[in-house]
Amino acid sequence: MPLRTWWEASPALAAVPPTRGLPVTAEQWVQAATDAAAAGGQLLALWATVDAADSSSVILRAALMWDLGVLVLELRVRDDGSRYPGLQGIFPAASRMQRAAFDLVGARSDDADMRPWIRHAAWQADTFPLRPGATLPPPPADVTDDYRFVRVEGDGVHEIPVGPVHAGTIEPGHFRFSIVGEKVLRLEERLGYVHKGIERRFMALTAMEGHRLAARVSGDSAVAFSWAYCQALEALSDCVIPRRAAFLRALCLEIERIQNHLGDLGALGNDAGFAFGLSQFSRLKEELLRTVEATLGQRYLLDAIVPGGTSVDLSAEGWSHLTDRMARLITETRRLKDIYDEHSGVRDRFVGAGQVSPELARRLGLIGLAGRASGQAFDARVDLPWPPYDALLPTKIVRAEGDVAARVAVRFDELMESCQLVQLMLERLPRDAHRVEVGVPAANTLGIGLIEGWRGPVFIALEVEHDGMIRRCHPHDPSWQNWPVLEHAILGNIVPDFPLINKSFNLSYSGHDL
Amino acid sequence: MLKTLRQIASIGIVTEPPPASDDALRLRETLDERIRMVLGRALCIRHIDAGSCNGCELEIQALNNPIYNLEGLGIRFVASPRHADLLLVTGPVSRHMEVALRRTYEATPDPKLVVALGDCGCTGGIFGESYASRGRVSQVIPVDVAVPGCPPSPTRILQGILTALSPAAAKSVTAQTASAAPRE
Repeated sequence: MPLRTWWEASPALAAVPPTRGLPVTAEQWVQAATDAAAAGGQLLALWATVDAADSSSVILRAALMWDLGVLVLELRVRDDGSRYPGLQGIFPAASRMQRAAFDLVGARSDDADMRPWIRHAAWQADTFPLRPGATLPPPPADVTDDYRFVRVEGDGVHEIPVGPVHAGTIEPGHFRFSIVGEKVLRLEERLGYVHKGIERRFMALTAMEGHRLAARVSGDSAVAFSWAYCQALEALSDCVIPRRAAFLRALCLEIERIQNHLGDLGALGNDAGFAFGLSQFSRLKEELLRTVEATLGQRYLLDAIVPGGTSVDLSAEGWSHLTDRMARLITETRRLKDIYDEHSGVRDRFVGAGQVSPELARRLGLIGLAGRASGQAFDARVDLPWPPYDALLPTKIVRAEGDVAARVAVRFDELMESCQLVQLMLERLPRDAHRVEVGVPAANTLGIGLIEGWRGPVFIALEVEHDGMIRRCHPHDPSWQNWPVLEHAILGNIVPDFPLINKSFNLSYSGHDL
Repeated sequence: MLKTLRQIASIGIVTEPPPASDDALRLRETLDERIRMVLGRALCIRHIDAGSCNGCELEIQALNNPIYNLEGLGIRFVASPRHADLLLVTGPVSRHMEVALRRTYEATPDPKLVVALGDCGCTGGIFGESYASRGRVSQVIPVDVAVPGCPPSPTRILQGILTALSPAAAKSVTAQTASAAPRE
């Protein structure tokens, strides 16, 4: 049946973008997901929670994103070792999410890959950290697990294990390359090294302090995560933030996007052997960080978004400071884009490297910035807009080539678009309050937050107890969807191009490992 | 090419002078004065993310921009602990990174320095200690200097690195007299 029928049968959830929730049976779980895929929808997140009313069952939730909004399917399964139908065949990205849901909560899907995903050796296979009252004995020192990587065999095939400690200033993860000569035959990722118990930590916080932890799920997307968290909390509290607060939050979100694009455009130049690019873009980024510190109080806006609005307001002086900076940034970026576009050495490394065709991207569910570089035309700011984006009407940037050059081009265009959005917001900045009081959030119901961060859609599902404590908070970074696609993007490329291709995606480890 | 050269010439040199060291960041004093003389400021750093949210990494990367110009001071990041004099460790130490961190420390030749970075590296920060996190870096390996902040600014990080390299103000006299007799 068409997804619209499911949609119309589902009651609305507490959220700003159109969001609905539907309890389903095991058959409906598979059918609704199949219908969502047929309607061009994608899996946004999949997570498990122990049922608050009945601790002998686990609730699995799958958030499906499509043209009209987000549909959250709720499947209740008995906690007796029985398996629920996995969604890997419909949405390949579901596989790792299901394995993580087992590691943390203990509900097992019937999909074939049953290897642990988030769990290494910090806890035993029969204990589940997200069960209320779970006691976890400290692990013995120096125990590492033995993960079963898929072996590629044949004449001349050998493996290169890389990580978890990498050669640059980046996060830890393990990459297992199977290669012949320099050509990559297979890449298998092993993540979970920076799992630090964020979801369990949420349960020890009150709903009013959770935004600080949300901002630290992935430091480079602090504004996106803290805003998504506050959006869910405010929806549960029936709080509508003032227009100025919404504008200031969007200002912070676009600044975060600009900061990350500037950093990555420089690093991509460097990885292509053009150190000039790194010097120039890192200088531009530093100048912007200093302006942001002078105007909003922090170089990185980890504590800018708070329940009810923003922690800081923009002064008249700060206003003109930011206005000047944006004008200069646009001029300088335009000049550097010219240089990148005309540099034959840089073009040679960028064009054709790490290609993901639109068809593969659609099948694997590539989303966010990398998705838009492979023809997947979704941007929540445009397609499911929330205030103030419904009034700002940003332009969606889409390309179809799907290679490093396309991801660089999307970054350049989004960088310029974000600078212009900041200018537009500064022009139209409303004069009401930047923060209001937030009432008591409703207990026993699900609040949803969805924000288009620089990397892609950032999602938060929040449940609160009657006493104001967080019962369950599931943060979801788009890296979950995009990490598996990187394994495909590298195929047929040479090992030395991996840093460049990896950087063009620049996925989060912390936001994924939680 | 002409545009590139014109851009380089028009921007000029933007590097700022480095900050002074700060004894308040020091946890312990291990380096012999003579070793310090040998190292000078030609220091090799290996960065290890032991569980960070990646906020500290952004500020570490900033040290290489032309304004802080870390390499201009003779300090550089290296790709292997075997090449390193100093380990720069971020994050609460996740239990899944504990073994990797300890092995990296063991792989670093003596004498070595450790700088723990950020609120998480100093105290465990907002993540604290749990089934998945060991908390502060000094729970797992010895730490010489700890730089708080969420994230600490590049200036503070640089200050931490320079503090690890310079003698403690109060102890510098004893360190000099002690250097007359070989240590151990």
